[in-house]
Amino acid sequence: MDLSFWLPLFFAGAMGLALLIYVLLDGYDLGIGMLLPFASEEEKDLMIGSIGPFWDANETWIVLGVGILLIAFPQAHGIVLTALYLPVTIMLMGLILRGVAFDFRVKAGDARKGMWNALFAVGSLIASAAQGWMLGAYITGLSDDTTGLLFSALIAVTLPALYVLLGSAWLLIKTDGALFEKAIRWGRNALLPMGLCLLLVSVATPLVSSVIADKWFTLPNAIGLLPIPLITATAYAGLVWLFNSSVILRSGYGWLIFAALTVICVMASIGLGYSLFPEIIIGRLDLWEAAAATESLLFIFWGTVITLPAILGYTFFIYRVFRGKATALSYD
Amino acid sequence: MELDPFMLARMQFAANISFHILFPTITIGLCWILLYFRVRFTLSGDKAWEYAYSFWVKIFALSFALGVVSGITMSFQFGTNWPGFMERAGNIAGPLLGYEVLTAFFLEASFLGIMLFGKERVSNRLHLISTALVAIGTTFSAFWILSLNSWMQTPAGYRIEDGVFFVESWWEVIFNPSFPYRFFHMLNASLLTAAFLIMGISAWRALKQVDGPATWRVMRTGAAMAAVLAPLQIWIGDLHGLNTLEHQPAKVAAMEGIWETEKGAPLTLFGFPDEEAKTTHFAIKVPKLASLILTHEWDGEVKGLNEFEGATPPVAPVFWAFRVMVGIGVLMLLVGWWASFTLFRQPLESRVEHPWLMRALSAMTFSGWIAVLAGWYVTEIGRQPWIVSGLLRSSEVVADHASATLMGTLLGYVGLYIFLLVSYIAALRYLATKPARSLSLLPQAKLFHKPDQEGV
Repeated sequence: MDLSFWLPLFFAGAMGLALLIYVLLDGYDLGIGMLLPFASEEEKDLMIGSIGPFWDANETWIVLGVGILLIAFPQAHGIVLTALYLPVTIMLMGLILRGVAFDFRVKAGDARKGMWNALFAVGSLIASAAQGWMLGAYITGLSDDTTGLLFSALIAVTLPALYVLLGSAWLLIKTDGALFEKAIRWGRNALLPMGLCLLLVSVATPLVSSVIADKWFTLPNAIGLLPIPLITATAYAGLVWLFNSSVILRSGYGWLIFAALTVICVMASIGLGYSLFPEIIIGRLDLWEAAAATESLLFIFWGTVITLPAILGYTFFIYRVFRGKATALSYD
Repeated sequence: MELDPFMLARMQFAANISFHILFPTITIGLCWILLYFRVRFTLSGDKAWEYAYSFWVKIFALSFALGVVSGITMSFQFGTNWPGFMERAGNIAGPLLGYEVLTAFFLEASFLGIMLFGKERVSNRLHLISTALVAIGTTFSAFWILSLNSWMQTPAGYRIEDGVFFVESWWEVIFNPSFPYRFFHMLNASLLTAAFLIMGISAWRALKQVDGPATWRVMRTGAAMAAVLAPLQIWIGDLHGLNTLEHQPAKVAAMEGIWETEKGAPLTLFGFPDEEAKTTHFAIKVPKLASLILTHEWDGEVKGLNEFEGATPPVAPVFWAFRVMVGIGVLMLLVGWWASFTLFRQPLESRVEHPWLMRALSAMTFSGWIAVLAGWYVTEIGRQPWIVSGLLRSSEVVADHASATLMGTLLGYVGLYIFLLVSYIAALRYLATKPARSLSLLPQAKLFHKPDQEGV
């Protein structure tokens, strides 16, 4: 078996997985951040309570994603982060603000709670929009012409909608009563922009590169790939239907929204992965050109194989410990 | 000093990493202290330890959150500011950082949830284990990142092909010559910083008369730690210095302000190093002492800066930072002994009535931070102009950003950090002002003020 062929492939998969988990997990807590201004004071505490034990670990997945980019594909890491310098900086400031606001809002005294709540929401919005921008820029092959920038801007506006939906979906699992009803309304409102985001990303990739277009729209590939758009469309239709049949959501099936969103995100990742492969930066660099030395990859491969399942295991355990409806957090 | 993109990139990285290191320095040490509180409570059932835990875990959580968010920034800063470093040394730096994420970050961040919010949901034993796992996680994190930093100081176990580093032996890379010294020096620094933090805030509470039995126990814990760890730190620091002299003589020459190689070199206590004139003005010197300290011989040879023409670090910042670090270290030793001598002579369940000691301790609340920053400036500025000592220059790996971009983002970061630092200290002050909850443990007759249910 040729390690120099397989190891970059393994790490590309691991990076994709880490970023997918990041979008799903930090997506819901960023979404809840953006929804915070629309809730009453009591509901705010409950919403924060529903993400309290998880957000630190959720945010660690982006560190792993970027970490793998850095470890396994140092050449691409330099190019991507240099090109995305400004959005990355803006995203970091957003993440910093919201991360600390989470703690400060209950520890800095009631007089300042309003300010920290606002910073939590603003930070979440900034971070989400910046991530949208980065996704947009990445898909257009880091081009900086007008079309590219316009496209990045569109994704920056619509990706937060996905996070808002994830946030609402999380609240449908973790809360009940008035907040639950609000979450249904919030989710419904985010549905359309999120669909637009999805559509844009799907349409843009083949437009950017004729190689990608050929991959999708030539026979027999087109038929084999058909399940990806079909499953995505079905899940989206399911979301629309569920939000309009809120009686199902109220009778204990709120988690279906999160499940449908997970399906959509998984399909989008597979689609994106297929489009890009074997490139890591469209039109510039492929996986193997960007990869680190095989002996370095092998060293971290063993670490990943041992620790990643353990991480997934205890993540699952933590979610089990804190299962059930959320209560406002108490540090005592 | 001209603000070219290279200088700005360095300043930005320095601003980020200086802000970041403040918080891990607290959490690495504080988490082991929390574990100690937890163990004492579990063994004795004494509620005061429980109250001590629940007070300090809040400060831990706040510090941890600041460490996490500023740490995420660091993980991007390598790529945004020094892309060439990862392209050239990625084969070595990448896996070390990767192991930090995999073995430390997730462990800390995940079990922190249980540590903070899980007391009602899990058994005392599992809660204790979670605290221990977070403590182990923070220490693992220090292990990997210090291994990488030490490798950049004293590279080993590598070969270079076409300017790119490859690994020959992971063992030699990880356990490179300066790693054991730097690791224990930093761990101990962390424990000392946390010890002075817990003593300082407890002393401040005593001065404000909002202290209780838990506050007194915490203060004694800090005093005992300081009394033992401060001398230990001076000893480790000495060993670390000998190691640096062997591997990075230019750094030591800058620390000591020694320009010409000489035998029986005098120790410069104070002075003003001047790189233009290659001399230290108004130097106050003690004959032969530098040779004695650095080589443990009266007539040992110490290399001067003039031997390293074109590859010397900026002298004045290294020289001064070193004196600040050593000065605070000595102060910690004196205050640590004073506190132990005073606190352990009086009965456990009584207030501490030593206003001068209390003032000294609360003045030294953040002394660990200053010493740690100064120490890191010595070792990092002292490594310049290299990013990997003797092999790769910092200027070769810098990103190609416009000065305006770098200046704008630098100002943004600095503004944000000042705001956060002020907020952090204000929050600590706010938490510390609430009357101690452990007061409820005292018999009524002993009360000197009313316990407050809202307080902690």
